[in-house]
Amino acid sequence: MIMTRTEHNVRKKMLQLLVFSSLLLLLLLLLSFILSDENLRLSSAGKNLPPSLEHLFGTDWLGRDMFTRTLKGLRLSLAVGAFASIMSVIVATVMGICAATFGKVVDNTVSWVIDLFIGMPHLVFMILISFIAGGGIKGIVLGVSLTHWMSLARVVRSEVLQIKHSEYIQISQSYGKSPWFIARKHILPFVLPQIMIGFLLMFPHVILHEAALTFLGFGLSPQTPAIGIILSEAMSHISTGKWWLVFFPGVLLVVVIKSFDNIGEQLRILMEPSSSNK
Amino acid sequence: MVKKILIRLLRVATLLIGLSILTFSLIHISPMYPINTYVGGDSSTSPEQIEKLREYWGLNKSPVEQYFSWAGALLQGNFGVSKLYRTPVMDIIKSRAMMSFALMGTAWILSGFFGYLLGALSALHRGKTLDKIIKWYSFTLVSTPIFWLGLILLIVFSVQLQWFPVGLAAPAGVLDSEVQFSDRLHHFVLPALTLSILGVASIALHTREKMIDILNSEYVIFAKARGENKWQIFKNHGFRNSILPAISLQFAYFGELFGGSVLAEQVFSYPGLGSTLTTAGLKGDLPLLMGIILVSSLFVFTGNFIADILNTVVDPRIKGEV
Repeated sequence: MIMTRTEHNVRKKMLQLLVFSSLLLLLLLLLSFILSDENLRLSSAGKNLPPSLEHLFGTDWLGRDMFTRTLKGLRLSLAVGAFASIMSVIVATVMGICAATFGKVVDNTVSWVIDLFIGMPHLVFMILISFIAGGGIKGIVLGVSLTHWMSLARVVRSEVLQIKHSEYIQISQSYGKSPWFIARKHILPFVLPQIMIGFLLMFPHVILHEAALTFLGFGLSPQTPAIGIILSEAMSHISTGKWWLVFFPGVLLVVVIKSFDNIGEQLRILMEPSSSNK
Repeated sequence: MVKKILIRLLRVATLLIGLSILTFSLIHISPMYPINTYVGGDSSTSPEQIEKLREYWGLNKSPVEQYFSWAGALLQGNFGVSKLYRTPVMDIIKSRAMMSFALMGTAWILSGFFGYLLGALSALHRGKTLDKIIKWYSFTLVSTPIFWLGLILLIVFSVQLQWFPVGLAAPAGVLDSEVQFSDRLHHFVLPALTLSILGVASIALHTREKMIDILNSEYVIFAKARGENKWQIFKNHGFRNSILPAISLQFAYFGELFGGSVLAEQVFSYPGLGSTLTTAGLKGDLPLLMGIILVSSLFVFTGNFIADILNTVVDPRIKGEV
């Protein structure tokens, strides 16, 4: 196929965007390790400073550097998000493959369960799960992982249904291979790209919801510098005009989420180019 | 058609029963079990008192019996008594529900209208600057936490410009009966605006995609060949084919809407169902928590059900399969 100049440029631009987003995230992650905890020490001299070159995001009412706090908080959110996303992806894969391979009864049951889980408002369900898990980081991780698998499970199910009756699987069956062997050797490799992209696209949602949960006060203790906690603490200080406590942490959160979204979206388009003209 | 709807209704009924069982068993296995949260750190409670409490709550029966007595009470509209407010849960929900539904209803209509408009505009100007702006705006909104957006609006409009009050549904220190409608409206604007701004994104992106598909179809090319202008094409083909899917999407959006209102109500300390849910969860008020969870789920099921029906009506191809 002859590639026209514009098509070429679009691809190049996508790759650039991909590299840029990844580098940005990497930089933030590195910074969160480099910045020392010294900056979080309480200091009476440096209280409530507006943003300056020395304190990029200003300081809070205890004199802690907000830039350091925000980056460390984001790192925690990313760690929780990554773990919860992996758990969700595993649940989604198992549910999706089971629904597609083990017959009509299992399929109906799984789709019923999916409808059941979709029926409760997302956030409400997370509140319920983190509440019954007794709060803490365990509650957050459980709450988030158990509520994000549904749409990916549907995708996996339809992917598997597509190839279930293909020739190479029928041949494999006629050679007497077990369903377990077929699931592992034929089906899993086929759905793996979908799962990876599903993971990347799920990640931003998971971080958003984790931030929302901690913002409401479910889970982590106020000492932990999670992004939601930073924002909910800052909430009580906005009436005195300390806008930077809210503004910068939130902007950075949006940037991080958007970067992940970019990466997932660009990879998806690179893998299935037919959808790129949407 | 009627049969299909009945089958769907039956499915919704089984889902609701499943949901009540799920909620009940989740609470049952949790360490936050009623007695613990009720007694809390009060170590002076004697074992006899705890035993009495267990009897009072009916905890000495088997879980299945407990479920049935609980579900039976639910069906009669008895959601139990809130531990926090010492009043029946049903009364609390009734008094808060109107506040929340006013908020969500306004946001639902506004975001639906503007979302559809932006999406359609974007598709009609595909590739132009307007399209790029709308696309960028929607994609950024999808990545924005609603509570942060609320805080920013609060900073700009309440703290800096002082146009709107900082929180609550009415001025502090004024009796409920004396609150003017204008006061209520004044306190209502920012939370409603927050919810509406965010809701625009998904409907705009969806409408844009749908509209682009329509504009690329052969009948639109033929319409262009007949000399219809942009407005006629939109009016005769684009609008008719995209409005019902958009409405059905908006009904399926009920769950996100409720979640958003939980966060928005928290930011603006707006006394609706959402902020009550948060308080109930944080303070361990189980009857109230379960009551609001069930009511909000009923709300979402209704939305999904309507969306389902609309989809069936719109697309005859779906009618074949259930």
